[in-house]
Amino acid sequence: MSQKSGRIVAVNGNMVSIGFQGNVAMNEVAYVLSNGKRLKSEIIRVKGSEAQAQVYEITKGIRIGDEVEFSDEMLSVELGPGLLSQIYDGLQNPLPEIAQQKGFFLESGVYLKALSRTKQWNFSPLAKPGDTLKRGNFIGSVPELNFTHKIMLPFDFFGDWKLLDIVPAGEYCIEDVIAHVQDQRGAKRDVKMMFSWPVKRAVDCYVERLKPEQPMVTKTRIIDTFFPVAKGGTYCIPGPFGAGKTVLQQVTSRNADVDIVILAACGERAGEVVETLKEFPEISDPRTGRSLMERTIIICNTSSMPVASREASVYTAVTMAEYYRQMGLDVLLLADSTSRWAQAMREMSGRLEEIPGEEAFPAYLESVIAAFYERAGNVRLSDGSCGSVTIGGTVSPAGGNFEEPVTQATLKVVGAFHGLSRERSDARKYPAIHPLDSWSKYPGIMPKEVVAYAHTFLERSSEVEAMMKVVGEEGTSLDDYILYLKGEFLDAVYLQQNSFDPVDASVSPERQKFMFHLVLGILGAELGLKNKDDARAWFYELRQAFLDLNGSAESSELYQSSLNTIRGKLAALNPRYGSEAKKMLLKLE
Amino acid sequence: MNKLYSHIESIVGNVISVRADQVAYGELAEVTSRYGVSLAETIRLEKDLVYLQVFAGSRGISTGDEVRFLGHPMQVSFSDNLLGRIFDGAGSPRDGGPSLTDNLIAIGGPSVNPFKRIIPREMIRTGIPMIDLFNTLVKSQKLPIFSVSGEPYNQLLARIAMQAEVDLIILGGMGLKYDDYLFFKDSLEEGGSLAKTIMFVHTAADPVVECLQVPDLALAVAERFALKGRNVLVLLTDMTNFADALKEISITQEQVPSNRGYPGDLYSQLASRYEKAVDFDNAGSITTLAVTTMPGDDVTHPIPDNTGYITEGQFYLHGGRIEPFGSLSRLKQLVNGKTREDHRAIMDGMIKLFASYRDTLEKKSMGFQMSAWDKKLLQYGELFESTMMDLSVNSSLEKALDEGWGILASCFEPRETGLRSELIQKFWPKAAGQAETTAAVAAKE
Ligand SMILES: Nc1ncnc2c1ncn2[C@@H]1O[C@H](COP(=O)(O)OP(=O)(O)O)[C@@H](O)[C@H]1O
Ligand SMILES: [Mg+2]
Repeated sequence: MSQKSGRIVAVNGNMVSIGFQGNVAMNEVAYVLSNGKRLKSEIIRVKGSEAQAQVYEITKGIRIGDEVEFSDEMLSVELGPGLLSQIYDGLQNPLPEIAQQKGFFLESGVYLKALSRTKQWNFSPLAKPGDTLKRGNFIGSVPELNFTHKIMLPFDFFGDWKLLDIVPAGEYCIEDVIAHVQDQRGAKRDVKMMFSWPVKRAVDCYVERLKPEQPMVTKTRIIDTFFPVAKGGTYCIPGPFGAGKTVLQQVTSRNADVDIVILAACGERAGEVVETLKEFPEISDPRTGRSLMERTIIICNTSSMPVASREASVYTAVTMAEYYRQMGLDVLLLADSTSRWAQAMREMSGRLEEIPGEEAFPAYLESVIAAFYERAGNVRLSDGSCGSVTIGGTVSPAGGNFEEPVTQATLKVVGAFHGLSRERSDARKYPAIHPLDSWSKYPGIMPKEVVAYAHTFLERSSEVEAMMKVVGEEGTSLDDYILYLKGEFLDAVYLQQNSFDPVDASVSPERQKFMFHLVLGILGAELGLKNKDDARAWFYELRQAFLDLNGSAESSELYQSSLNTIRGKLAALNPRYGSEAKKMLLKLE
Repeated sequence: MNKLYSHIESIVGNVISVRADQVAYGELAEVTSRYGVSLAETIRLEKDLVYLQVFAGSRGISTGDEVRFLGHPMQVSFSDNLLGRIFDGAGSPRDGGPSLTDNLIAIGGPSVNPFKRIIPREMIRTGIPMIDLFNTLVKSQKLPIFSVSGEPYNQLLARIAMQAEVDLIILGGMGLKYDDYLFFKDSLEEGGSLAKTIMFVHTAADPVVECLQVPDLALAVAERFALKGRNVLVLLTDMTNFADALKEISITQEQVPSNRGYPGDLYSQLASRYEKAVDFDNAGSITTLAVTTMPGDDVTHPIPDNTGYITEGQFYLHGGRIEPFGSLSRLKQLVNGKTREDHRAIMDGMIKLFASYRDTLEKKSMGFQMSAWDKKLLQYGELFESTMMDLSVNSSLEKALDEGWGILASCFEPRETGLRSELIQKFWPKAAGQAETTAAVAAKE
């Protein structure tokens, strides 16, 4: 325990002021001793002999004069084997254990160890005595569920260390000393399988950062084909409430082609997390055949949980993501919603009486958001292997208006934008990603030119639609009308996807390529349709067959018969292809 | 304890300050002025200054009035004696009955551990097609009715309360008009539900600070009953008054507003109340229906906007009907896969077509020629509005689904509906549909 001491001198909402003696560090953790409880807090301002702290608990019951205990440590998380499939709150308290001890409610001042101290892990050494090690270097490994969990030299062991000795292969607990190391000046340190790291500092034990170039397949057509996300990249999903942000993230968390998924339920509904944490153990991961929960970590700080730990929760989540990235794994972090995190900052900034920026958000909002997304990345590690952290955050703009500070600050730093539109979700066109407003800077699973070609149909179709609103259907030429129908068709059978249909919910890249080729064969064709009524009827029948196709497994009868219907209908019109269409179709083969 | 202080340092808005020590944040006090005794809650501590929000308001309070701290935060009595009783926002009887002091419990308690929650599984049948078929209500859901003043939202609330199968109804009235208070009382009485109802009613004439206590009182009591195995329906009307009370108080407190004068923590304040809705494993549940009147009928106004981000959907009541657009039950997919196999398809399919109908209406209003397809859509839309959207209809989900197929068949060819072939084969009304379509066309010509 440190020499310094402090006492409460003011309480205002979840912020307390502490009069202290001794040296206090910014972001240091302090505990308010109140009514026999220890309430965790973080120092967020120091001025003279007074410090302000945000309390990670309800502050009811705190009195002037209550004692404050300083920890000398910044807010940190425990890193080591045993994180996978856990459910933590924003401060890394294991919620299942808390439930076991305390029942239905989250009482304040209850903090449990994030990692089990008694569980034994089967350790195999990788490093040998005499080896020179840097922080992050692998010294051994343990099997953790389906992964080889690398045991690393803790990230705060700066400099070069010589391995003095290491335990032989065997069963150890995370607090057992497994090795001793010595630095150049002769200082010795113990190495354990577990260590901690301050959540607000990015983990930087890598050789270099690489460009995110490999697509991260989500099995959602509109994303993989039109607005792809790359491993190590960043993307955001802004949208008004009810537009489908959470469902889209849930679907992605199931299907994403990554090793590990970390879900940060940040300040939104508890019920939505419950669906995930009850269902994931029952769903098997098609990649491994094991339960999805085994590759998942849930950080759950929902809207009615203390707002200060909501602020911490996204950092807790990203630190764990970086930890697994250091083992050469691909990690996806999904945060729902980054706006609630920003609002938590706003609440605290207001209590600190800082000069407010736009919509009362603090002036540093943009730089904080940028720094958070910067923690994503594709990195090369010292052993030559690569790992990545991909970050996808939802944004909940006030009034659904993207011209607000959080959306704007986020758009400046992400590599892909999946903007959800109220119009599309009202019309039940899910996922409601707006195909004309959204964009991505990453390469996807299809050739860029072909995607751009298909996209022109959406653009022109929407132009014709806008024009039809002025001149009416009768004032629209047959060619324009067919263009309009083609865009609508592409939207209905390819962009839209039913997340609740067992087959349609996740579409493999191979099937996407096949379908996209089939759809292009219709978009690119000159169809001998005689009049608008015929054209509409033809497209509707075709749409019907495509929807049947989308909902049926490749081995099913319906799949074959729908495919035959589609091919038959197309052949009946004697389609002709121009040179551009031919070129595009060839590229897909 | 229970020290008495007889000098008030400052009076700003409804907040007074006194110099006192050993006061806990959130502690309650009694302020005695010549107009009577009022409760007050500690909302800020600053060295030896204690800031108190006076429930009855500060009007008439003098610097020489007495403040006595009670040594505990806001509490409410919890027992079966509450049943059938009516209280105000300070927790005092409004019905002339005795005040209750047994088994006092704290309000605004901690939130439920998400790990202890279960996935909602049970549909609450209301007999209203726009709800049961299109936006199914689910036990433990929190759902507001978005509306504007003048709409029959309180009637809708009362009707759902009466038709839903619940053990207990707790009404939290905020800024309620006296007439509306009487309306609820009478409806529940006529429906025979009064004996299983508890009311916490703050009327428009009561002090604004008391408005803030109502949801916490109602929900604290609801939570205890739910833990005892009861299925509780909490009705909160009107949450806009609650939010406006928050705004009023935060502005007099000189807090920096975030959006149109509302405090930056509006979202968290609303969420901590709405998130009390819960289904306890092996015990009871809380389902919350609230009214949110939208200032200027604007859904992007901070109150409905923040609410929509918190609740599990919303019913958008407009022109006396629940609008298909803007209305949403986020929990519907948890239950509508187990009702009837065509439920989801009809729900989505009919709404998609209704969206096209609205587009056609727009075209029509601009004087465009109506194509054959447009005419079909117009016929469909009118039928949909007059049958499905009629709030006075009371019919089972299954009947409403059959009706849906009937409407589709009388307006469209199967392939025009965008429904899967297997469902069409099973549910499309045979022959009748063909005949009706011809009849409808004939009627048009
Ligand atoms: N892909 C989808 N397919 C079908 N329904 C969807 C889809 N996405 C969203 N929905 C519907 O919309 C509702 C709201 O979606 P949600 O993701 O919770 O919205 P948000 O997080 O943007 O507020 C869901 O409960 C569901 O009914
Ligand atoms: Mg959401």
